[in-house]
Amino acid sequence: MTRPTPETLAHRANPATVAAAASASAVASPVPTSGAGSLVRSLEALGVEVAFGIPGGAILPAYDPLYDSKVRHILVRHEQGAGHAATGYAQATGKVGVCIATSGPGATNLVTPIADAYMDSVPIVAITGQVARPAIGTDAFQEADIQGITLPITKHNFLVQTAEEIPRILSEAFHLASTGRPGPVLVDIPKDVLQAQTTFTWPPALDLPGYRPTLHPHGKQIREAARLIAAAKRPVLYVGGGVLKAGATDGLRKLAELTGIPVVTTLMALGAFPDSHPQHLGMPGMHGSVPAVYALQKSDLLITLGARFDDRVTGKLDSFAPDAKVVHADIDPAEIGKNRHADVPIVGDARHVIDELIAAVGAGNEKNSYEAWWATLNDLRERYPLGYEEPTDGTLAPQYVIERIGELVGPDAIYVAGVGQHQMWASQFIKYEKPATWLNSGGAGTMGYAVPAAMGAKVGKPDTPVWAIDGDGCFQMTNQELATCALEGIPVKIAVINNGNLGMVRQWQTLFYDGRYSNTELGTHKHRIPDFVKLAEALGCIGLRCESKDDVDKIIKQAMEINDAPVVIDFTVGKDAMVWPMVPAGTSNDEILFARDVRPAFEEDDL
Amino acid sequence: MNRHTLSVLVENKPSVLARVSGLFSRRGFNIDSLAVGETENPDVSRITIVVNADSSPLEQVTKQLNKLVNVLKIVELDPQQSVQRELLLVKVRADRAQRSQVLETVELFRARVIDVAPDTLTIEATGNPDKLDALLRDLEPYGIKEMVQSGLVAIGRGSRSITTGPALRAA
Ligand SMILES: Cc1ncc(C[n+]2csc(CCOP(=O)(O)OP(=O)(O)O)c2C)c(N)n1
Ligand SMILES: [Mg+2]
Repeated sequence: MTRPTPETLAHRANPATVAAAASASAVASPVPTSGAGSLVRSLEALGVEVAFGIPGGAILPAYDPLYDSKVRHILVRHEQGAGHAATGYAQATGKVGVCIATSGPGATNLVTPIADAYMDSVPIVAITGQVARPAIGTDAFQEADIQGITLPITKHNFLVQTAEEIPRILSEAFHLASTGRPGPVLVDIPKDVLQAQTTFTWPPALDLPGYRPTLHPHGKQIREAARLIAAAKRPVLYVGGGVLKAGATDGLRKLAELTGIPVVTTLMALGAFPDSHPQHLGMPGMHGSVPAVYALQKSDLLITLGARFDDRVTGKLDSFAPDAKVVHADIDPAEIGKNRHADVPIVGDARHVIDELIAAVGAGNEKNSYEAWWATLNDLRERYPLGYEEPTDGTLAPQYVIERIGELVGPDAIYVAGVGQHQMWASQFIKYEKPATWLNSGGAGTMGYAVPAAMGAKVGKPDTPVWAIDGDGCFQMTNQELATCALEGIPVKIAVINNGNLGMVRQWQTLFYDGRYSNTELGTHKHRIPDFVKLAEALGCIGLRCESKDDVDKIIKQAMEINDAPVVIDFTVGKDAMVWPMVPAGTSNDEILFARDVRPAFEEDDL
Repeated sequence: MNRHTLSVLVENKPSVLARVSGLFSRRGFNIDSLAVGETENPDVSRITIVVNADSSPLEQVTKQLNKLVNVLKIVELDPQQSVQRELLLVKVRADRAQRSQVLETVELFRARVIDVAPDTLTIEATGNPDKLDALLRDLEPYGIKEMVQSGLVAIGRGSRSITTGPALRAA
C-alpha cells in the first residue's frame, strides 16, 4: 500500500497546504543532522516564514539551527503572546501560524492561546520542548505532560519518540492544522530527541490512515437543499466562520444575489459578506442587530453555512427559530445535529457546497422575490437601526470613537478586537467589506488576544494597516508584546477604549446585579494607573491620548501618519455606555432588547 | 437509555486509549465497560466500549470519536447479530461440605475450576453478561471472597469482517 504524500493530500487550495506541497515537491537528498536540525529544515521545507517563541532549556537545541535559518523567529515576551500571534498571523494570511515554547511553564503558557485557536478553528502548530525521554514521568525539572494537558484543546497532538520521525510528524502536523476543519496541533519534542543524530530526508510520506475529511457534498443532499430553498417563504443564509476559512466569499455573494435571500453573518464571519450589501441584515446573536436576530427567529428555512448554532447565537435553544427547517452544511460532521436538528445535513467544504448549491438552485424554478419577507425585514431595519445615545455627562462615546476609526482607516485595514464591550462595538460600528479584515476571539472570548494577535497579523500582512480595538482591561493582560513590536519593527496601532472598568462585566452588574459594582473598577480613570501614554512610551511606542469628541479625528489621523513605530492611543471614554441590542443570557431571542427596557414591537400578523 | 456496544478500531499507538476514554468523560458519557487488545493486524487495536446512552447523544459521541485522528473505524454491534463475551474469575467459599454443590453449579454453567484450596474454589467462566450474572447469583449463597471481571469483547456473526475495507487501507 502506498501511503499518501503531502502532494496527494493537498486537495484543498489552502495556502498553507499549497506552500507545503510546493516546497515538498523539491526533494532534498538525505542530510545528516541533529533532531533539532531536522526540525528547522522541516519548517523551512514546509514554507514557514515566521515563528513566534521564547527559548528555554528543553527547546534550546532547536534554537541553535534556528539562529542561521531563513525562518524568522520573533522573540516574544510571554508564550501566550506567541500563541495569539501565531493565531493572528494565521487568521490574517490563511497560512499556518507557528509558535515555540520550552517545556513545563513555557508549554503551559501556551494553553490559553491553543484553547482559543481550538474554539475558533485556527490553523496553528505549537512546538514545545520536553524533558529528555529517560526523565519523562519522573517530575523532572520543568516537566509538564503538555500532550495530556492539551488533548481536549488540540485537533491532534504528538509526543515525538525518535529523531527520524521529525519530518513526518511536522508534515502531518501542518497537514492536520490546515485541512478539513482547521485547528491547533501541538508537537512535543524531548530534548534528547532534538540532540540525537539523524538524517533529514524530504518529503516524508504522511501516515494518517484515520484522517479523511469530506470535502465534496453529496449530490442528493444538495438537491434536497435546493428543493427546500425553492419552497421557502422566509429563508435566511446563516453564515459562519467556515465560509471565510473555505475562501467561499465570492460564491456566497453569488448565491445570495442569485436567490435574493437575506444574509446574516456571525461574529466569526464578519467580512464574509459586505456590510454595505443591501441583502446583509447584520450579525445575529446576543448583541446582534434586531433584523438579524428577528430574521433567524421567524425564518422558515435556515441555510446554515459553516456556522455551529453557538449558544451566543441561538439564545435559549428550544425557542430558537421555532418554525425553521434547517439545512446545515459544515466540514465537520460532528457539528451537524449537535445543537439543532438538521433536516438536510450536508458534510463538505463551504466552497464546494456553495458552488454546488448555486448550480442546483440556478437550475431550479424561477426566482422567488420573497416580497413579504423583505417588506417585514426592511421595516425592522428602518425602525431598529444600529445606533447609540450621545452621553449626556459630557464624556466621550466609545461607539463614536470606534465608528470614526472605521470611517477614517477604511475597509482595507485589519481590525483586531479584544473581548468585552469594545469588541461588540467594533463588530457593530466598523463596516467590514472584505474577508480576513476582522480578527477576534469568538469562541473562547480570551481577554488579552488583541495586542499579540495584531502583532501576528501585521507580521503576516506588513503592508496592511492593522488596528487593534482593545479594552483597558484586556490591554493590561498582554501589552508587553508591544516591546516585541517596537524592537522587531511591527508598527501596529492599538486603540485602547479606556472606560476605566471591566465594562462588559459592569454592564451585567448594571442590568442583573442591581448596579452592585463588585470588582470591576480598574482605576484607569480615577488613578490613571497605569498611565497608558507613559506605558506606551516605556514600551518603545508612541503614546497618544484623546479625551474629547473634537480631537477624535485629529488623533486617529495623527496615528495613521506614524509608520515607523507602534502607536497606542488612550481614548478615555465614558464608563456608562452599554452594548445594545442585547438578548439577556439564557433567555429566548424573542426577548431581545433594543435598548434598556425597550422591546422591539414585532408585528406578528405580518407573518 | 439503551446499552450500546461500539467496536472502535484504532492505530496501535501510545496515548490512543487516553484520547478515546477522555473523550467519553469530557462529553458526559459513562463507560460501562471497556476492553482493548491487538487485532490480527499488530498496527491496529480494537477497543470494545459499552455505554448507556440515548441514540442521538450516542451519534454525537460517535462523530466526535471519528474525528480523533488515530481512530480508523467505528462499528456499533447489534446484540442480535454479534457474539458478546466477558471473562469472570471468582473465588468462592467451598469447604468439604459445600464443595460438591459448588462443583455442580460450575458444571451447569460450563465454567471451570482453575484453583483449589482447602476452603475455596477459584472459578473461571466466560459468557455474555447475563450468563455471568446468573452464575454469580447462584454462587452468592456460598460466599464470594473475591471476583474480577474483564470488559466485554464482541464480534459480529457471519463471515463479514469489520477489520477489512477501505477505512483500514494503510493498515
Ligand atoms: C481571560 C479572561 N478573563 C475574564 C474574562 C471575563 N470578561 C469578559 S469581558 C471582561 C471585561 C473586559 O474589560 P475591558 O478589556 O476593559 O473591556 P470593556 O468591556 O470595558 O470594553 C471580562 C473580565 C474573559 N473573557 N477572559
Ligand atoms: Mg474597559
